[in-house]
Amino acid sequence: MTALLARDLRLAFRAGGGFGLALAFFLIVVVLVPFSVGPESSLLAAIAPGVLWLGALLACLLSLDRLLALDFEDGTLDLLVGAPIPLEGALSVKALAHWLTTGLPLVLAAPVLGVLLNLPLAGFGWLTASLLAGTPALSVIGTFGAALTVGIKRGGLLLSLLVLPLYVPTLIFGAETARRGAMGMEATTPLAMLTGITLATVALMPFASAAVLRMGLR
Amino acid sequence: MPELGKYAVEVLSAYAVSLVILAGLVLLTLRRGRAARAALARAEAETKGTVDAV
Amino acid sequence: MSIWQYANPVKFLALSTRVQPVIWTAAVLCVAVGLLWGFFATPDDARQGATVKIIYLHVPAALMAINAWFMMLVASLIWLIRRHHVSALAAKAAAPVGVVMTLIALITGAIWGQPMWGTWWVWDPRLTSFLILFLFYLGYIALWEAVEDPDTAADLTSVLCLVGSVFAVLSRYAVKFWNQGLHQGTSVPVATGGRSVADVFFYPLVVSMVGFGLLFLALVLYRTGTEIRLRRASALLARAGRES
Repeated sequence: MTALLARDLRLAFRAGGGFGLALAFFLIVVVLVPFSVGPESSLLAAIAPGVLWLGALLACLLSLDRLLALDFEDGTLDLLVGAPIPLEGALSVKALAHWLTTGLPLVLAAPVLGVLLNLPLAGFGWLTASLLAGTPALSVIGTFGAALTVGIKRGGLLLSLLVLPLYVPTLIFGAETARRGAMGMEATTPLAMLTGITLATVALMPFASAAVLRMGLR
Repeated sequence: MPELGKYAVEVLSAYAVSLVILAGLVLLTLRRGRAARAALARAEAETKGTVDAV
Repeated sequence: MSIWQYANPVKFLALSTRVQPVIWTAAVLCVAVGLLWGFFATPDDARQGATVKIIYLHVPAALMAINAWFMMLVASLIWLIRRHHVSALAAKAAAPVGVVMTLIALITGAIWGQPMWGTWWVWDPRLTSFLILFLFYLGYIALWEAVEDPDTAADLTSVLCLVGSVFAVLSRYAVKFWNQGLHQGTSVPVATGGRSVADVFFYPLVVSMVGFGLLFLALVLYRTGTEIRLRRASALLARAGRES
């Protein structure tokens, strides 16, 4: 399993592996927002938590279709299904690799981009905390979506259609935490709910992902 | 025709839109059903003798 | 004799062909009576005026939108556990009907909301949940369309339906939390709009609800038959192709 993690990480960091692409996308989305809503600082400050969360979510979504598709094409996935390690574990590792190469950089970049959007000072800590607590859920749910669409040609759009509704609870609690934090309100309740969702999805979703992957590859 | 007062447009449009959508659904369903019957009949005629009766 | 004998497609088709005329007649009758009764023979509400008449479309459609998903959930479970093809096909057949019901509920709600709340749309928990339900339906149907092998498609969509149900419920509670957080103190008069209705409005509403339920049943039976025939036709052709 460690070998699988190391392999996925190496592949991601290699040129053309997609690492950094999500970050660049995140940056561009955040830069485009003031162009679309106007440069007014107070407005930007008000929408900053939501924009940063949505941007991170979309950036996460962007890299999902490569999560399993490349392994499907070169046959690695068939090996994994037949491998002595449980498929659930292998998919958890792949989700972890996705989070380390996509989610974690987004978490680290978000406060920097928060400056661009005039995020209130009180919001930085809550934003980082909420992203840290929420992005693992995005990766795990995304793995399920990728497993659903793995054998489908041009499954990218379908993947978005399937995964985005599943992201709703995470987005709501995540953005709510950041927004309340930025407004100086009490934000531990949504943060606790967000953490709960993340823990539950991390624990349960790999089973669903492995099940659909076995069905899809049969 | 009942007196709908100032909300006539809303009520009538709600009924019209809903009934049109429902009728569309029923019509599409029936058309697809007829096409399926025809396809099955064609398939049965074509494969007669080559496949055991199913 | 158990209910599972109708998992046999031939028996299912025979039974459904036999009962369909009755169900279709009853459905059309109930919908017509409910809507005509509601439209022509009920008084206007003191507060809502004539817009109260929209309730005879809105509430039954919303009811069936949720029940259709619930039926798909049960059918998906039966498919996953007992591998009855009819069950999977019934779930597939029900999805578009559910979409239409959701759409009607959303549209009539918007038309009612415009004069009553002064806006087509508010991000009220109930409305938002329905919109999310609509998205789930779309994803479910899109997945059916995208997967080529029918049994794999049935498997994948069934799991999506199960997972989607969990997330739909989760979204419902998340949305409630989110909206309270956003609009603290403001109350949107959603659930009060004639829900605790007087008898004059209630009886035609019940007839209409029964009618929509029967209409759903009739449509699903018919569409399931369609799917079975299509499947059998392609199976026949495939087998002939292999043998020749």
